[in-house]
Amino acid sequence: MTTVLVIAGVMLSVAAVMTSFRLLDGPSTLDRLVAMDTLVAVAICGLSVWAAYSLDTTLVPAIVALSLVGFVGSVSVARFRVRDDQ
Amino acid sequence: MNTVLEVVAAVLILLGALLAMTAAIGIVRFPDTLSRMHAATKPQVIGLVLVLIGAVIRLRGNVDIWMLVLVGLFTLLTAPVIAHTVGRVAYREQRSRDGLGIVGDLDRKDGPE
Repeated sequence: MTTVLVIAGVMLSVAAVMTSFRLLDGPSTLDRLVAMDTLVAVAICGLSVWAAYSLDTTLVPAIVALSLVGFVGSVSVARFRVRDDQ
Repeated sequence: MNTVLEVVAAVLILLGALLAMTAAIGIVRFPDTLSRMHAATKPQVIGLVLVLIGAVIRLRGNVDIWMLVLVGLFTLLTAPVIAHTVGRVAYREQRSRDGLGIVGDLDRKDGPE
């Protein structure tokens, strides 16, 4: 079980690094927004894997908060952002 | 019984992490925003739900796992809203690009506003 969880953590880290590349590279704001959304989801996955690894549920309220804040952030950025050509 | 549940949890978490990595590969490799959203919505949500189910099975008997179920429900509810908002803006701004918007559904008179 421990090995599987470590492998899952490594794969999630690789996913986070690749998503960060898109977050920094762009080219448009929407690409960065999509990458940011994925990064939040990968973070939720990572915290869940950590909770399963350590059998400790201290972080679970943080997972709930992260999912809600990620939703509000993505929707408000998509709604109120400034266009790239302005 | 316990061993079977552990194996099921391990397989689910591994599958979910694999899907999350697939989404990241798609986000890096696909050419435009709408294609990237295709990768960022479907594999991402399925992977997240699989990891959450695996964590719930692994943490069974604990009082806090209902919050993980809640996170799964929130994700299933909010992912379509995010995809709709972002996809609408992306379609409006990028449809003049090559290969996008062969059928202009938002341009039709009887189409959506």
